[in-house]
Amino acid sequence: MKHTISVLVENRPGVLARAAGLFSRRGFNIESLAVSNTEDPATSRMTIVVEDEDKPAVLEQITKQLYKQIDVIKVMDHSDESVISRELSLIKLNADPKSRAEIMQLVSIFRANIVDVAEKTFIIEITGDADKIDAFEGMVEKFGIQEMVRTGRVVLVRGGAAT
Amino acid sequence: MTMTGAQALMESLKREGVEVIFGFPGGALLPVYDALHAETAIRHVLVRHEQGAAHMADGYARSTGRVGVCMATSGPGATNLVTGIATAYMDSVPIVAITGQVPVPAIGRDSFQEADITGITMPITKHNYLLKRVEDLPQVVRHAFYIASTGRRGPVLIDLPRDVAGAELEYEYPEKIDLRSYRPTVKGHELMIRRAAEMLAAAERPVIYAGGGVIASGASEELVALAERLNAPVTTTLMGKGAFPDDDPLCLGMPGMHGTAYANYALNDADLILAVGVRFDDRVTGKLDTFAPKAQFIHIDIDPAEIGKSVAVAVPIVGDVKQVLTALLKRVSAREPGPWLATVEEWKQRYPLRYKTDDGLKPQFIIEEICRATGGEAIVTTEVGQQQMWAAQYYRCQRPRRFLSSGGLGTMGYGFPAAIGAQVGNPDAAVWDIAGDGSIQMNIQELATAVSNALPVKVAIMNNGYLGMVRQWQELFFDRRYSQVDLAVGMPDFVKLAEAYGAVGLRVAEPEEVRPAIDQAMGVKDRPCLIDFWISREENVMPFVPAGGSIDQMMID
Repeated sequence: MKHTISVLVENRPGVLARAAGLFSRRGFNIESLAVSNTEDPATSRMTIVVEDEDKPAVLEQITKQLYKQIDVIKVMDHSDESVISRELSLIKLNADPKSRAEIMQLVSIFRANIVDVAEKTFIIEITGDADKIDAFEGMVEKFGIQEMVRTGRVVLVRGGAAT
Repeated sequence: MTMTGAQALMESLKREGVEVIFGFPGGALLPVYDALHAETAIRHVLVRHEQGAAHMADGYARSTGRVGVCMATSGPGATNLVTGIATAYMDSVPIVAITGQVPVPAIGRDSFQEADITGITMPITKHNYLLKRVEDLPQVVRHAFYIASTGRRGPVLIDLPRDVAGAELEYEYPEKIDLRSYRPTVKGHELMIRRAAEMLAAAERPVIYAGGGVIASGASEELVALAERLNAPVTTTLMGKGAFPDDDPLCLGMPGMHGTAYANYALNDADLILAVGVRFDDRVTGKLDTFAPKAQFIHIDIDPAEIGKSVAVAVPIVGDVKQVLTALLKRVSAREPGPWLATVEEWKQRYPLRYKTDDGLKPQFIIEEICRATGGEAIVTTEVGQQQMWAAQYYRCQRPRRFLSSGGLGTMGYGFPAAIGAQVGNPDAAVWDIAGDGSIQMNIQELATAVSNALPVKVAIMNNGYLGMVRQWQELFFDRRYSQVDLAVGMPDFVKLAEAYGAVGLRVAEPEEVRPAIDQAMGVKDRPCLIDFWISREENVMPFVPAGGSIDQMMID
């Protein structure tokens, strides 16, 4: 099972390398990783998606090993919580005159945006949870994806509770 | 008060109570060594190789309980510390390593003697710092010592660029420490302690499995009290040797691969194992699936990440061992010695540690003699290999911080510099390095350090002309195909070698010469003394649980 964990860290040099290095040397797999500033300039938030191979002990070890890092303030597993989860993808898609109309329809249905138009291509920006982006990719694949890039997942807990 | 970074470093080290630095200078450290030159309160022990400095700081720390400090210049100086830092990390030893670094503008430009030592040591330090701003120096030093010496102890590295060491700051040492992201849990959870007490009261075949955490937290007295109250046998790991007196009737000695048969049988048959300051290392457990199959576990450790890492635990207690044992002692009542202790005693009688005395000089006998000559009160360090296991089996240690060995990393070349560090920290103690002819050659250059500091460290080389442990495995599992383990050709004359350094060298080849040589060594008070014991070449370490095997299935002899 995939878990999304938020790691609140002191905003200090080396902290990203420390956390990322931990995953590789202990043999944990990172599916995605996003790092950003937070509301507090002294902290950063890392949002990490990990695969636990269906062994609960794996996630427990990941959490504990992260906590052991001196600059890690808080580690939260959001798997059982109600969260808003988003990724962003940019897709450079073949768009010849024949297919443009259909692509624009799909873009509209998925509430994506066409952010670049060239003679033979569109660049489409789509934001959403992983399933939505996967679904959109599946729908437009047939037109021919030239290039694609996707951010790591970011999440915030719904309501008043802290992430 | 205005001072330079280097002066501020010295001032801060003094504030932390540092009395000695083991180090080796170099270009990037010139400002620091200049500040040290004016310093009277801090002793500097000049090593001959930086690896020695790290191990000396480690030996000093393990034997005194204080933080050990080592120092090396940028680039190769820093990378030479790495093995020593990793050794300290694996065994949770509090050291602070200070490295010089090229000036800040030169960092990242492949400058002369530049190495990314914070990057290199990230996985082998508890924490590390690259100090880019001189005004951060006092706080970084304060935090480094705090982090190294609290929670699960470990090495912290401070990388100090040359220009930062030379820059000026308004010095003020921070009194308070506020690290919101580092607050180790020291007090055990009440509910868990209550549950542990109930389980201990109900257990029929309890065993206490105690390790280095007991020594780190200074909890030997509590451990002894608990074992006596419960009448529970105690097995101590290599790291925990001395946490419980080897001569105590309840002591089972070491468990695991080269542990005593009775310790392994007791673990195998136990219905409850109280694991205290241990980490279920593979050298202890053997095959995990078959380790202690009838037992439930109570696990006390300061490091939450150790709990549940290797075995499923019924009662996890995160906290400082001393505090938890103190709390536990308030809740457990005395138990009579029952049939379980009788069974354990029978195993002890039937399968004692033993060796044949038929041919030649036996290393086990030498270690027993050293133990007798020192009354078990010496600080013993070991290298790594057969001699390490013989020392663990046959030196009967009665007190904590008296047996120093590289358990986790298994570093050959550890014992001798560690002995030097221990001697510096304990000037009046007898300090013995139990060495092998292979291991001792890995840091033999530190004889010069010991001689120049008039340190009466004793080195007992169990010389079989082999990398004995590797040879033993090749004998038993590779059909005696001895591949690259014979050190006899090219073996230095250790007596002459000692003398060349200005130390005392002795050679012993016969059993009756052993004790006189030990006594002679004990009489040398102003320089190191090395004894080259020519032991029977193909002596094996027994018992032996082959790697990955179950600990109840061992070769006994």
